[in-house]
This record gives sequence, structure tokens and C-alpha cells, in this order.
Amino acid sequence: MRVIIVGCGRLGAYLALALDKQNHLVTIIDRNSDSFNRLDPNFRGTMVLGVGIDEDVLRRAGIERADAFIAATNGDNTNAMAAEIARLVFNVPKVIARLYDPIREETFRAFGQIETVCPTVMSANKISEMLGNSA
Amino acid sequence: MYIVIVGGGKVGYYLAKHLLHDGHEVLVIEKDRKKEEALIAELGEISLRGDGTETWAMNKAGLSRADIVIAVTGDDEDNLMISQMAKSKYGVRRAIARINNPKNEHIFRLLGIQQTVSTTEIILAQIEREIPAHSLVHLMTLREAGAAILEARVPEDSPAAGKMLKELNLPDDFVMPLIIREGKGIVPQSSTLLNAGDEVVAVTTLQHEKLLEEILNNSKK
Repeated sequence: MRVIIVGCGRLGAYLALALDKQNHLVTIIDRNSDSFNRLDPNFRGTMVLGVGIDEDVLRRAGIERADAFIAATNGDNTNAMAAEIARLVFNVPKVIARLYDPIREETFRAFGQIETVCPTVMSANKISEMLGNSA
Repeated sequence: MYIVIVGGGKVGYYLAKHLLHDGHEVLVIEKDRKKEEALIAELGEISLRGDGTETWAMNKAGLSRADIVIAVTGDDEDNLMISQMAKSKYGVRRAIARINNPKNEHIFRLLGIQQTVSTTEIILAQIEREIPAHSLVHLMTLREAGAAILEARVPEDSPAAGKMLKELNLPDDFVMPLIIREGKGIVPQSSTLLNAGDEVVAVTTLQHEKLLEEILNNSKK
């Protein structure tokens, strides 16, 4: 699959390598070139410098041919907007957005056609579960 | 009308001031403490400190009873989120978003936010003029009809400075309805002189969109 990741933070960089290892064609976008330092030296994908909510940057990253799009910057609103652009402007078949805010995630999911991941809910559930086991 | 403004910077401040003056109920959501304090000092207790893209702030602001939500933060992604949440989660009938990057205008349209303003506080002063008789929408319709509203400052060395409006030979579909000089609005006549430092507002068809810049800056080199 051709995968585009926006945001080369901890999640983006980690995911980029993981997907690259599975032989996906990965392109990662970040607005700060220093962020690419987080990438593993073995990463074989493409790096694109620019803002992930800019159509021209997304085109440069090959969004018109992308099979999947992952919005993983540290800003919920940026992720939401990037994901909506990918889904509704460029018709990327699979679009996933990481959103920290559970309520925003819930609301945003209602817009449809975009999948969401909320680390806050996932972590809270996991931690409760761990506490539960030791009670 | 109950109007919620998200973003208490220059645009939000002037907008709130004008809308209050017109007798509307206004609430400004601003996350920066200093900016919020300045708002209170100037306009009274009409603000809520918080991130206007967060649900708790929207709930506290009573967004579900708002007639209009206006998102004027400096970040387009925030303005988009606010408008979409206002419409889909709170059932607000009219959400208006400021666009900072003009490239985003058609994206906002595609994403369901039809009413956008991509300008500065000077244009908002212009919008305010429209409010008593019409509503904010009419200005947007104007844009959709192929017209643009522009503003610019007359540079110190502008060839247009010191000239009368009629000497600029403006085409018929290009008018300057407003000049802001030292903070005061002037409705210019054809004999009004342009001064360096004036802020001018022009209304034009899209065809002559570039003209304002040409008039103010050309033959500068």
C-alpha cells in the first residue's frame, strides 16, 4: 500500500518504520525538518517537508495515488482537518486520525468516513484494567 | 441575537465591540489570559477563558443556544473544527469561519463551511456596517457572486499618496467605499485625497482583484 503519514513525532516516526518494514510505500510529512531525525536510519520511505493541511504539500507527497492516510501530528484540530482533506478532497480510501481529546474524537467520528484513534481512552482503559487485576 | 466569537485577538475584539454596540449578546472565548484580561478591561465581562475547540468551553459558552458562531482564531484548522462542531454537535444554524490561508477557502466549502471570511479587522468593520440592515451572510454572497473586498495600507512612497481618488482612474467595477485614517472611517468622495498610511477598503470584481496593489505600489521601482 501507498501510505502517507502526517506528523513525524513519536507516533509518526515509529509507525513509519513499522509500515516500511512491512514493505508498504511510506511517505512522511512534517513541517519541521528536525523532526525527521526521529526516523530510524533504516527507514527507506520518502520525507516531505511542509504543512499537512496544505493541498500542494499533500499533492507533492503523492496523495492522489495514496491508499491510506494517517494524521498523527500533535494537534487534534490539525489532524482532523488533514484527515478531512484526505478523505473528502482527495478521496483516499482509508483515512485514520489520531485525536487526543475523547469528546472531539466522538464528535469527529460522526462526520463519517474517517477512522479515529484516541490514545487517551485507550490508555485510560488499559490502566484501569491493570489496576483492576491487582485489586 | 446571541453570538459566540471564538478568538479574542484583534479581529475578535473589534467584532465583539461592534456587535455589542448593536445590542447583541456577545461572548468571546479566548485561551490567552492576557488577551482575555484586555477584553474584559475594554468590553466588560463578556469573555470566557479557554480553548474554544474544547467541548467543555463550548458547553460553558452555551453554544446550543447561540444564533451565530464566528471562529476567528489565527489557525485555520481550529476555525474549521469550531465551525463543524458548532453545526454538527450544537445545531448552530450559522457558523462563520475566518480563513487565514486563502488556499483553504475552497477546502472549507468542500467540508461544509460555506460562510468564510478571509480578511482582517478592517473588513470586519465593513461587515459590521452590513449588520443593522442585513445579516452577515450578504457579504459572503457577494464573494460568491464573483466580487472581492480588499484592504491595504497606502505605503509611504506610494505613487497614489497625495492623489485624489478620481485621478486614479479606477474602472467602473472597482470602488473604494472606505478609508480608515488615524483610526477613523471616512467615506471618500472622488475629490478625497489619499494619504500615506491610510488603510483603504476596495470592493471589486475578481477580474480587478490585483488592481489595488498595482495602484498603491506600482512605478515604485
